[in-house]
Amino acid sequence: MSIQEIQQNIVDEFSMFDDWMQRYEYMIDLGKSLPLIEEKYKTEDNIIKGCQSKVWVHAELEDDKLVFTADSDAIITKGIIAILIRAFSHQKPQDIIDADTHFIDEIGLKEHLSPTRANGLVSMIKQLKLYAVAYQTQLN
Amino acid sequence: MQQTTLDITRIRKDFPILKREVNGNPLVYLDNAATSQTPKPVIDTIVGYYSNYNANIHRGVHTLAQEATDAYEKARIKIQNFFNAAKAHEILFTSGTTHSINIVANGFSSFLTKGDEVLVSAMEHHSNIVPWQMLCERTGASLKVIPMNPEGELLMQEFKGMLSDNTKLVVCNHVSNALGTINPIKVIISEAHAVGAAVLIDGAQAAPHIKVDVQELNVDFYTASAHKLCGPTGVGMLYGKEEWLTKLPPYQGGGEMIAEVTFEKTTYAGLPHKFEAGTPNICGGIAFGAALDYIKNIGIEAIAQYEHELLTYATDRLLSIEGVKIYGTSQEKTAVISFNIKGIHPYDIGTLLDKMGIAVRTGHHCAQPIMDYFKIPGTIRASFSFYNTKEEIDRFIDGVVKAKQMLS
Repeated sequence: MSIQEIQQNIVDEFSMFDDWMQRYEYMIDLGKSLPLIEEKYKTEDNIIKGCQSKVWVHAELEDDKLVFTADSDAIITKGIIAILIRAFSHQKPQDIIDADTHFIDEIGLKEHLSPTRANGLVSMIKQLKLYAVAYQTQLN
Repeated sequence: MQQTTLDITRIRKDFPILKREVNGNPLVYLDNAATSQTPKPVIDTIVGYYSNYNANIHRGVHTLAQEATDAYEKARIKIQNFFNAAKAHEILFTSGTTHSINIVANGFSSFLTKGDEVLVSAMEHHSNIVPWQMLCERTGASLKVIPMNPEGELLMQEFKGMLSDNTKLVVCNHVSNALGTINPIKVIISEAHAVGAAVLIDGAQAAPHIKVDVQELNVDFYTASAHKLCGPTGVGMLYGKEEWLTKLPPYQGGGEMIAEVTFEKTTYAGLPHKFEAGTPNICGGIAFGAALDYIKNIGIEAIAQYEHELLTYATDRLLSIEGVKIYGTSQEKTAVISFNIKGIHPYDIGTLLDKMGIAVRTGHHCAQPIMDYFKIPGTIRASFSFYNTKEEIDRFIDGVVKAKQMLS
């Protein structure tokens, strides 16, 4: 599935909910299915700056696709990073670089997109894209 | 407990912001330790200034300049009276507590040398740590920390043991922003004076909630921020005893702070202007005065009593929730509750409360050493003001219970 198709799936799933509580409960559930980062990668270097909670992300190339793992000490943050990883993991670096992240807006998490927001959603997206850029350079 | 005599319903009408909704719910504002809301008389003062007599002060001969100067200097006297300073020129307008502290920390560069000691408490806001660290780096003096216990109280015996002829300065907050502890500053001040040390008290979190009398305290320097006292942001005050302010060199050079300038030498203006270089926040200063009038009208004693009622009510209700741990359990507290719920990150609770229209603070509250002491990443902090109600506390408690259910 392409990034866009996955994002559409996520938007469809979230559109089933009427209120914020259901959306957040679902997000918390998604957090529980997050592909967890190995303990050895939970280093200071892999922490995404700009979050009130700690978020670690690791990326590895499998064939020509990038696979992300992550973790956070806060559950909602874990849900947010899980959504991002679901959209971006197992994709080609160039596709990740080119992807837009408009779907965040559509699933009712718009308030998390503000760059001043302490949860650092913007930093997370930036970090995932930076990994993609780094690996794309390697592939070239 | 005696019930408040304050008419909270009427008081709430003075605060336009309390009528707004957040995420579809009526706002419950419990982040008063970060900033207080602004009542109509203060908003009117701000609008009135810019509508009627906006002018630069202290220089102009025209009517507007005279009116603005009068209003600004009247505000200084209101601040003097509020804190019971002996003289109006012992009150300096600053941009806030951080600025106030930096004026003193910079001034002391001329007084300290290697071997001198600055004592700072373990429960300070970063703004009352970093300027002193910088001072010590500049002068070679050393910074020593007055320790605290798990209740969030300073260890007074240890403090007394730390005092010596080398102690030149003792700095401490009157009330801790992260824990709410009211520190025994009267004792701290007199013990410090006994060894000849000067004392600066950061009163940012105390002035809005308890009576402060700088003469009775016999404190050398005391600071406050207008925006925590129902005033605007970007303005505050530094109280300094006349003898200290006379000795202390100016912090910034510029207009207003001079007596005479030639290219060979400048002589400085007298107090308070020596420390007030440049065009100040004139409107902010005048509005600060209006905010103090507003608080004075309600009565700081009545405020303290009512807020204590809210604190007791909220603490009891919060402790009935399983897994709640409160940080800062001193008997002497203002209406601040810092807490965590076992196994849940404070950020998660804060995010869900916001969705319910409840504003609290989460994080380290600019007091990382306190968080390190308790070995936690941060806390959820609910801080109350005289315009909060028990109904709002009920909504806050319901919100915490709901958030806990969602996150468990």
